[in-house]
Amino acid sequence: MYNYTEFDDAFIKARNSQFRNQVKRRINGNLTEDEFKPLRLMNGLYLQLHAYMLRVAIPYGTLDSAQMEKLALIADRWDKGYGHFTTRQNVQFNWPKLTDVPDILDALAEVKMHAIQTSGNTIRNVTADHFSGAAADEVTDPRPYAELIRQWSTDHPEFQFLPRKFKVAVTGSKNDRAVIRAHDIGLRALLRNGKIGFEVIIGGGLGRSPMIGKVINTFLPEADLLPYLEAVVSVWNTLGRRDNKYKARIKITVHEHGVEKIKQLVEDRYNEILSTFSGVNHELLEEIKSAFAPPVFKSKGTKYFDIAYKENAAFRSWVDTNTHTHKISNYSIATVSLKAHGKTPGDATSDQMRQIANIARHYSHDQIRISHEQNIILPHVHKSDLPKVYNLLKSKQLNTANIGLISDIIACPGMDYCALATARSIPIAQEISMRFDELKLEHEVGHIQIKISGCINACGHHHVGHIGILGLDRAGVENYQITLGGDATETARIGDRAGPGFSATQIVPAIERVILTYLKVRLNKHENFIHTYQRLGIAPFKQALYPKESQSPKIQKKTYAA
Amino acid sequence: MSKDLSGNVITANNLLDGTVVYMSSQFKWVLDINNAKVFSNDTSIEKALIHANKQQHEVVGVYSIRVDQTDAGIKSKHFREQFRVKGPSNYNHGKQSEVL
Repeated sequence: MYNYTEFDDAFIKARNSQFRNQVKRRINGNLTEDEFKPLRLMNGLYLQLHAYMLRVAIPYGTLDSAQMEKLALIADRWDKGYGHFTTRQNVQFNWPKLTDVPDILDALAEVKMHAIQTSGNTIRNVTADHFSGAAADEVTDPRPYAELIRQWSTDHPEFQFLPRKFKVAVTGSKNDRAVIRAHDIGLRALLRNGKIGFEVIIGGGLGRSPMIGKVINTFLPEADLLPYLEAVVSVWNTLGRRDNKYKARIKITVHEHGVEKIKQLVEDRYNEILSTFSGVNHELLEEIKSAFAPPVFKSKGTKYFDIAYKENAAFRSWVDTNTHTHKISNYSIATVSLKAHGKTPGDATSDQMRQIANIARHYSHDQIRISHEQNIILPHVHKSDLPKVYNLLKSKQLNTANIGLISDIIACPGMDYCALATARSIPIAQEISMRFDELKLEHEVGHIQIKISGCINACGHHHVGHIGILGLDRAGVENYQITLGGDATETARIGDRAGPGFSATQIVPAIERVILTYLKVRLNKHENFIHTYQRLGIAPFKQALYPKESQSPKIQKKTYAA
Repeated sequence: MSKDLSGNVITANNLLDGTVVYMSSQFKWVLDINNAKVFSNDTSIEKALIHANKQQHEVVGVYSIRVDQTDAGIKSKHFREQFRVKGPSNYNHGKQSEVL
C-alpha cells in the first residue's frame, strides 16, 4: 500500500478545511448554489434524486482493512448503514447530509482517503486490474504505475478544466480484467527483453458514442510513462471539443482527427515537454514500487482445504466459482460476491464491510480490492485458510457462489438514485438474478456477463456486456434496449443492438428467451454464451426476441406467456 | 365523480439533507406531495418558480413538475417524479416513503 507523505497529509487537510469553510458559507448564504456546485463536485459531492451522494475514491480499487472499517463507520454514523461499490472501483454513500460531509472527509483523511477528482472534468480515479499483485498471469503489479499516475494527475494545474472527464485504466496482464479498451487511456504492461513498458491505447469509451480504444504506442518504456501521458492529455486538452459536451471526450477527438495524426501530435508534444520531467518521476516510481512489495507469503500445506473441498459441497461450489489462480502456489484469489440473488449489485452493509476487513486482516495479508464488476476481492488467501474465510463470509451472507454467472450482474444505480438516469437498473438486475435462481439454471448457463445501465452514459458498461441492457425513457415509460455480443476483455467489442426495446415487465422474459435459445443452440456446455454468439451471430437470438409472426414486443410477450 | 385536474407542483431538494420537498400553498417547503400547492396556469407557475428560486438558503435544484390531482391525491405524471415521491425501489428507506 502507498503511504501518504507529509505533503499528502497536509494537502488533504488543507482541501478538507477549505471545503468545510465552503459548506459553511453556502449554508449561511455567502455562496449561491451556482457558486457552490463546482466546489462540492470537486470534492465528490453530488445531488441525486433523493439526497446528496458522496463518491469516495478507492485508488485502483485497493483498500486495507482499516480503510474498509472506516467506510463501515461512515456508513453507520453518517449514512444508512451501507455503501455502494461502483463500476469505477469507488464507493458511494447515498444519504449524507451536507452538514456532515466535512466530518466524513476528515474521517476519510484519517485513513488516507478522499473524494477529490471523483467528479468534474478532471483525470478521475485511476482504475486497475482487481487481481493486481496476485494474478498468475501478470507480468508486473500495475498498481505502482496507477499510483504514479494518481500522484501526477491529482490537482495537476493544467488538467483541472479539461474538455470532459478523463479516465485511465491499467493492467499488468494479457487477460484484460480492467476493460482498458473502453477507457480514455488504457495501459497494458508488457515485458520486453527484461524491461517493462506499456501498450498505450487511447480513445476508448462507452456512453453515447461507444468506441473501442486504438493503440497509439505498442511499447512505451516505463521511464517515459508520465511525459507521454502528459503529452496525450495535453494534445486532447487543446484539440478536444468544448463546444459540445457530447463530442468532448478523447474518443471523438481521435475519431475526428484520426489516430495517426493524434500520434504525431502526441510525439511532438512529448519531445517538447520531456525536458520538464527532471527525473523525479523515476525516483518517485522506485519509492512507490517499494510500497507495493509483495507480502511475505506463508509456506504451509493445504490439508484443511483438501478436506473441506472433498467433504463440503457448498464450499466446493464456492471455491470452484469464486476463487482464481494465484501467482503463488497454495494461495488463491477469493472474490466475495456482492450479488446475492435479489439484492442490490455492489451494496455492502457496514456489518459486511467490517467482516471483510476482519477477514482481510487475518487471512489476506491485510489487502482488499474492489472490482469494476462491483465485487470485493481478497487477493492473497492461503488455501488452508479458505474454509475459515468461507465460514466467516457465510455468517454475513457473503458466500454467494456466482462469480461470472448470470446473477453476477453489473448494474448502475439507475433511477433509484441517479439524477441523470432515464430508467431503473437495480430492479431489473434483481429480477433477472431471482428468475434464474428460481429456474435453477445458473450453473447450466455457465459464464455470462449481463451489464445494465440506466441511461446512455453507460456507467453499467452495457455496451460490453455479453448481454447489455440499456434503460431509457420512451414517452414517459421505462423501456429497455438489449445489446448482444459485447466483450469487455482483451478482445473487446461493442455489442450489437438487438432491436426495439422492451417494457419493464417484458425485459426479464426477453432475457430468458435469449438464454433458453443459447441453451438450445450451443454446441455443448463448454461453449459459453459469448462463443455461441460469435459462432452464430445475432440471428437466432433476434428470432427469439422478436418472433417472425410478430413485430411487436407486446404481442411477443403473449406468445412467450402462452 | 373523480377529479381529473392537471397542474404543476414546485419541487426541490432540501439544502441541508437533500430530502425531496414540495412547495405548499403557504409557500413553505413540505415533505408530502399531497400538501403541495398545484399551480394551474403558466403565470402562477412562473411566479412560484421565481419565489422558490429566491429561497436558496433552504433548498437546491428548484423546478416544476406536471401532476394530476386524483381522488388518491396528487400524482406526478412522470415516473421519475413518482420515484422521487416514494424513494428508491430496492430498499424501503427513502425519506418520502417514511412520510407517506
